[in-house]
Amino acid sequence: MLRAVRRHSSATEELEVIAPSKLGIENVSKNFKGASGAVLALDRVSLNVEEGEFVCLVGASGCGKTTLLNIIAGLEKPDSGTVQADGKPITGPGRERLVMFQEPALFPWLNVFGNVLFGLKLKPNLTKKDRYDVAKYYLELVGLSRFERANIHELSGGMKQRVSLARALAPNPRVLLMDEPFAALDALTREQLYGDLQRIWKARNKTIVFVTHNVREVDLAVHATEIMKALKSYSQLEVAIAE
Amino acid sequence: MKRFLLAALFFAILLLIWEALFRAKIWSPVLVPSPRQVAVYLEGAAVDGTLLKATIVTMRRLLIGYIIGLVVGLPLGLLTARWKVWQDTIGTLALGLQGLPSVCWVPLALLWFGQTEAAMLFVVIMGTLWSVVIATETGVRHVPPIYRRAALTMGSKSLHIWFKVILPAALPFIVSGMKQGWAFAWRSLMAAEIFVTILTGFGLGQLLHYGRELSAMEQVIGIMIVIVVIGLLADKIFFSPIEKFLHRRWGTSQA
Repeated sequence: MLRAVRRHSSATEELEVIAPSKLGIENVSKNFKGASGAVLALDRVSLNVEEGEFVCLVGASGCGKTTLLNIIAGLEKPDSGTVQADGKPITGPGRERLVMFQEPALFPWLNVFGNVLFGLKLKPNLTKKDRYDVAKYYLELVGLSRFERANIHELSGGMKQRVSLARALAPNPRVLLMDEPFAALDALTREQLYGDLQRIWKARNKTIVFVTHNVREVDLAVHATEIMKALKSYSQLEVAIAE
Repeated sequence: MKRFLLAALFFAILLLIWEALFRAKIWSPVLVPSPRQVAVYLEGAAVDGTLLKATIVTMRRLLIGYIIGLVVGLPLGLLTARWKVWQDTIGTLALGLQGLPSVCWVPLALLWFGQTEAAMLFVVIMGTLWSVVIATETGVRHVPPIYRRAALTMGSKSLHIWFKVILPAALPFIVSGMKQGWAFAWRSLMAAEIFVTILTGFGLGQLLHYGRELSAMEQVIGIMIVIVVIGLLADKIFFSPIEKFLHRRWGTSQA
């Protein structure tokens, strides 16, 4: 699949495996002021994610996983502590760290292809053809080439998340942040998508932070050789959250 | 085709009922003319050009006023949705004035602008503007925050987000606001034309008015039919395709 697109010169560059990021989260705390008073979502959490690591953040609902993910994404700012990507502080959202949300968050005014193209259009130094080739490549990767002209509402839940995955992968981010992206799907589709993700992670060499509330999902998402790593970060984070 | 035939049948029956009522002579024929009389009037007005001239005069006022209303209303709606200051000022004003029937602007427009085209335009703009402002604001407020967040992570920034995410996301609301604005503009213009005689052009409303003055009921009804048909055409030609597209894209269609 890779070969077919690699012939094009600058699209090739775009599909080149780029170095994944290393994430450093140090003593991060975050409060929310809600209707029921201030809630301490994160209390001095520290977490290191190595380049190309697949880390699962596991924990009960409301324990701050999503908040931590949003902070890494740059969508929220921590009250205290530091967040760094490759040694540089994260100051805001950016396409180096793309997020896959729990809901597909696809744009209904664009078709499938337009959605995948959206992030690519914001990437400078690409010709129109490069963008088309890259979008096509990722739609093929998630197995939705046939549906590039489809409207979003015509897709099933699993297909929507696949498009969402292609959209997140297309600008070739160094980090993929996934916030329970498959939680709303049925078990079969979910397992299939875990398989896809596994395959893509290996092929594209990305740092992936995967949030889930279901410990059993961890070994679905990360099986075989990766399970150790996942368990390591699982316990590492559990410590961080339990504190 | 079947739908078309059914609709044609419906209107044929309406005509028959009308004809039957005329023949029953319950009311004076001065008050209820026959469909034939109305058709004869319309044919005559079409042939001598008064109908076309009046339609052009009216449509010109309507379109110019409507477009100004849109061009001003859309940005105002975006501003009121974006900043609290605008919401508290222009937003409140729009909410209040939207509730004011646009015919209420006619006396004011007359005193300010006299019997001029400007008075007509003013009334049409006041009819359009506020509903467009409100619809745009409502539309923007209904955009799910997740779209913005998703766009932010993909590197979209302020203006890009507004034009490529928030505006298209609010489109279904904006289009229904445009449609409402059109209906309001139409209404206010007819009111203005019936009330105000101006020498720069006789619109459909003025023909309607003179129909009453002359007790020419076939003219009154004929012009009313023309107004209805223009409204229908505007809907079918302009709004319907946009709405169909939105329904298809958003998946909100029933059929």
